Amino acid sequence: MSATSEAGTLVTRASAAPPRRARLAVTLAILTVVLVASFFAALFIGRQRLDLAAVFSDPFARALFFRLRLPRVLMGLLIGGSLSLVGAALQALFRNPLADPFTLGVSGGGLLGASIALALGWSARLLGTPLVFLAAFAGAMVAVFLVRAIARTGAVLLPGALLLSGVVVNLVSAAAVLTIQYLADPDSALRILRWMIGSLDVVGLAPVGQMFVVLAPAWIALLAFSRQLHLLAIDEDTAATLGVNVGRCETAVYLLSALIVGVAVAMGGAIGFVGLIVPHAVRLLFGEDLRIVLPGSLLLGATFLVLADALARSALASGELPVGAITGLLGGPAFLWLLRRRRQYAVM
Amino acid sequence: MTLLEARGVSYAYPGVPDSSGPGKAMAVRGVSLEVEAASMTAVIGANGSGKSTLIRMLAGLLRPFSGEVLLHGKPLDYWQPRLRAREIAYMPQATATAFPFPVMDIVLSGRSPHIPRFRFERAEDYAIALDALEAAGAAQLAGRIVTGLSAGERQMVVLARALAQQPRLLLLDEPSSALDLKHRAALMRTLARLREARGLSIVMITHDLQLTGSLFDRILALREGEVAALGRPDEVLRSDLLAEIYGEPNVRARRMGAQTLVWIEA
Repeated sequence: MSATSEAGTLVTRASAAPPRRARLAVTLAILTVVLVASFFAALFIGRQRLDLAAVFSDPFARALFFRLRLPRVLMGLLIGGSLSLVGAALQALFRNPLADPFTLGVSGGGLLGASIALALGWSARLLGTPLVFLAAFAGAMVAVFLVRAIARTGAVLLPGALLLSGVVVNLVSAAAVLTIQYLADPDSALRILRWMIGSLDVVGLAPVGQMFVVLAPAWIALLAFSRQLHLLAIDEDTAATLGVNVGRCETAVYLLSALIVGVAVAMGGAIGFVGLIVPHAVRLLFGEDLRIVLPGSLLLGATFLVLADALARSALASGELPVGAITGLLGGPAFLWLLRRRRQYAVM
Repeated sequence: MTLLEARGVSYAYPGVPDSSGPGKAMAVRGVSLEVEAASMTAVIGANGSGKSTLIRMLAGLLRPFSGEVLLHGKPLDYWQPRLRAREIAYMPQATATAFPFPVMDIVLSGRSPHIPRFRFERAEDYAIALDALEAAGAAQLAGRIVTGLSAGERQMVVLARALAQQPRLLLLDEPSSALDLKHRAALMRTLARLREARGLSIVMITHDLQLTGSLFDRILALREGEVAALGRPDEVLRSDLLAEIYGEPNVRARRMGAQTLVWIEA
């Protein structure tokens, strides 16, 4: 019978298929190579041309390299990876292909928190952590729980309500940031404006190091939830009956996402759509398994923002674009394209 | 041997107004049920009679308002979620998967309670998943994407996922509602075979009374959240009882050998 022979060929095909672990290894190897290549390429792209020989011989070039270029590329790497990892996690958690830190208002909340801290002139630290980080984390946290509370009016999560409440949170926090900006002194106002667009300007390696110390453990903790998120992305009830402690997993992912986005926003501002585009690119290239999509998004997100920032630095003959402008210009159309394709993500 | 036991479980959904007196907003009220090993129980009742609420309590998805559910004599909450998932599998009425997962990923997800943390599926898990797909009559769907399937095909895939879980108890919420005649028959044959071969117990919500008459040991009939009848098919599938359960006076049932014929008189 045709059915039996069909099943027979399927059995051989499936047993010949590479196991998931090998697929994860291949994915991570490819993306790591791409990231390393992009990283070194980006170091030598910019209005100020730099070459390796000059970095060793010329003190001015060396200062430019170590004080400005290298920190900026590293910052792109940290922020791009962070936003994409959180984007992938939130898409799975909310079972919504259009979710990301920006569309859900998490970045907006973080931005508001950071702006308040800035306007108050908080340069203080608490246990070695800059207060701006903490304020941004708190803002992101409030936004995440607000969005969830609005979207979850019953047992099910409403995908449309989720995005709408994200839009509202963004609008309100943008208005609040504008108000703060209006009331603040011109210097703080300018800094807040640059943040709102999203930019990777940074001087020296110290801030990058501070970020890394906070982000790396949070990344690892979030990646540890890969399997639970994989099951949650399929279906919430199914995940619960497959042994996922849904409540605990949700809370942990919210906290970690808010922490990661808070730090990313405190340093780089609201860089939009990175967390939306990158996980979809990883899915298209390497499949739907969240245990591969999450680490893949971390690596590809880092690559994406490093390259986008290199483009922002070199696109104009005079001056530099903020990287948020580049990601917004790329991400907006990508969002619309996904929205058009949403029939593929049909919800029964 | 009692596998799962519900002792006087009640549930009320939060926010549902209490219109006609106290207790009326309860979706399920004081239901008790013992599920033996290798038994098949059908749950029937009108729409909104509390069938899904009851089965979701048995699956541990809803915590009873009062009463308790015991698995192997211990309350469900006592069990580690992963260990519980090796005992009980639940197939929801509809699964809304928002992402284009391959069918194999869905079926393989049923293996996760058996795989240690931070490990991937082994070759034997793939073999079990393929067997489950075949048992669900869906082997031909192995290479497909779940979002491109029809409702019936999706039911087969979700059933395969539950079978791949290799539980002792299978809780099914209208698993055959979108299945054609052939696959409905295949489903029932598969369930009967698994009960014989592995001692699988089944609790299944269905509106297909014809089906309940021949294959199940017991029928639990719910009416407005309470037990209206619980017994062998020939005890429950009677014209007068069915008329009361469904509030439909023209329903008729007649025993014919091992089968019960149920129809609506025009």
